[in-house]
Amino acid sequence: MSERPLIERSGHSANITEWEGTVQELQGLVSPRAFTGETMLLNMGPQHPSTHGVLRLLLELDGETVVSCVPDIGYLHTGIEKSMEAKTYEQAITMTDRMDYLNPMGNNLVYCLAIEKLAELDVPERAQIVRVLLAELTRINSHLVWLGTHCLDMGAMSVFLYAMREREMILDIFEMVSGQRMMSTYFRPGGLWRDVPEEFIPAVRAFIDYFPAKVEEYETLLVNNPLWIDRTQGIGVITPEDAIAYGCTGPTLRGSGVNWDIRKAMPYMGYETYQFDVPLGEHGDVYDRFYVRMQEFKESVRIIRQALDRLEKTRGPFRSQNRKYVPPPRSELGRSMEAVIHHFKLWTEGFSLPEGEVYVSIESPRGELSCYLSSDGGTRPHRVHFRTPSFVHTMGAIPKMAKDGMIADLVGIIGSVDIVLGDCDR
Amino acid sequence: MQAPLDPVDLAKLSLKDAVLDVIEFRGETTIVVDPKRIVEVCQFFRDTEGLEYIFLSDITAVDYFPKEPRFALCYHLYSMVYTRRLRIKVYLPADDPRLPSVTSVWPSADWEEREAYDMMGIIFEGHPSLRRILMPPEWEGHPQRKDYPLGYEQVQFSFNFDEIDRLKPYAKE
Repeated sequence: MSERPLIERSGHSANITEWEGTVQELQGLVSPRAFTGETMLLNMGPQHPSTHGVLRLLLELDGETVVSCVPDIGYLHTGIEKSMEAKTYEQAITMTDRMDYLNPMGNNLVYCLAIEKLAELDVPERAQIVRVLLAELTRINSHLVWLGTHCLDMGAMSVFLYAMREREMILDIFEMVSGQRMMSTYFRPGGLWRDVPEEFIPAVRAFIDYFPAKVEEYETLLVNNPLWIDRTQGIGVITPEDAIAYGCTGPTLRGSGVNWDIRKAMPYMGYETYQFDVPLGEHGDVYDRFYVRMQEFKESVRIIRQALDRLEKTRGPFRSQNRKYVPPPRSELGRSMEAVIHHFKLWTEGFSLPEGEVYVSIESPRGELSCYLSSDGGTRPHRVHFRTPSFVHTMGAIPKMAKDGMIADLVGIIGSVDIVLGDCDR
Repeated sequence: MQAPLDPVDLAKLSLKDAVLDVIEFRGETTIVVDPKRIVEVCQFFRDTEGLEYIFLSDITAVDYFPKEPRFALCYHLYSMVYTRRLRIKVYLPADDPRLPSVTSVWPSADWEEREAYDMMGIIFEGHPSLRRILMPPEWEGHPQRKDYPLGYEQVQFSFNFDEIDRLKPYAKE
């Protein structure tokens, strides 16, 4: 094959020559028309503000219509799964925060649940309530960033500023409990790192009293806004059958009307005892996915309100008392030789887990977040694998939705799927 | 609606010698199957009434180096109708980890298989476009394998800045 591709005459030669050395590969990915210059290849990203990170898309365009869309990921691959194999189980929690940086508590939670399942470790009730509460706060936090950036992409700047203002309150609560605004590492195997401080309950209550009015404010700006409806309804439609076949989960799947929420289907951390509804869309377009997430704000607030009432009544330990996995508190070290031994063992070599493999999944703000944990009986994970929603959505949902749509709508589609590239590339 | 059926009993009855082993651990069922017949097995679990594992959550590749068989693939299936999970596991030898692709059964297997290829070097026959997904195309080796060393960056101080800078793989004059 000659060096210069055929489409040079139409003036787009840079596109194929940049996809260096893989013209053969390209043949299966784009339509044959791209090689005759009939359609145009356009590179979008990785440094594009609307790709929410470093997503690269190779677009084949026929005029303004997207003929095919090939995602190229891996720009943010940090080898977290590999690095975790070299750390003890407890050390590796810090890495899970860094995957999906908008959902740090959820990532901690799925990894801790996997350890707890493998070790058959109990979690005290108080810790379970705090976990649910913080996981829902994280969901609101993540949805706020989604709402802000999605609207910014579509030209509604003011919503972004409002969303960031509310998010600041949540980050303050995270800082209050864990000392960190984003990379909290607050959930530990068997419970929590520390008990929540006294000012926690008033702060969360202040937030949930303040926040529902703000959701209404966003809704008055968007839900019936004709400009917003024009840009979102009927765009990026995915049928329920396709959504399941392409592995969509979370609001992306529920926007198509499939009622599947892991909090309801396979409850964890006592979600079955909370009252909440699963909002569903109908048409599977950008607007329905947007609407589902807007309703999830309200459902999360409902769960948080119930969790707060329970937390006020529930006293007791915030972490399991099983000393084989959980280090003793400082106060015990002066009195008990047993505690000193456990302390030393746990902070030097860590705990070991029984040989075997488990698979645990939770409902993250983006969809099904699962952790596969395999142990060889040692003190370090033998293999950790995360099934991250962003990875599946980027590779499957976005090309499927973008096909045969307009290039101007692609930005809305990417926003509506709500991907985080740290989650995608791990 | 058809009442839920036991996947293990039904698989043993219908797939016979394709089922090599059944493991129950922590409430999770794992069915070990023959890698050559993986497409047939997956189709069976997806289409049989009473099972209907229509959703493929994940494909995880595991490296048991230095044990033999070295590699394993875990297919995590989910049945939306009966809200339960199932793990199908295949073992693959170290010298030629190769098995048929299941992209014809679940389109979402496409990128999961590409990830397994990229990270572990497992070859999926019949995959439409088996290329690297997370690592750059010219990368050598498969990083998630146990015999692949964990890399690290040496810390540069003022006394050894140039020495370490020489070893770094970016373009210099």
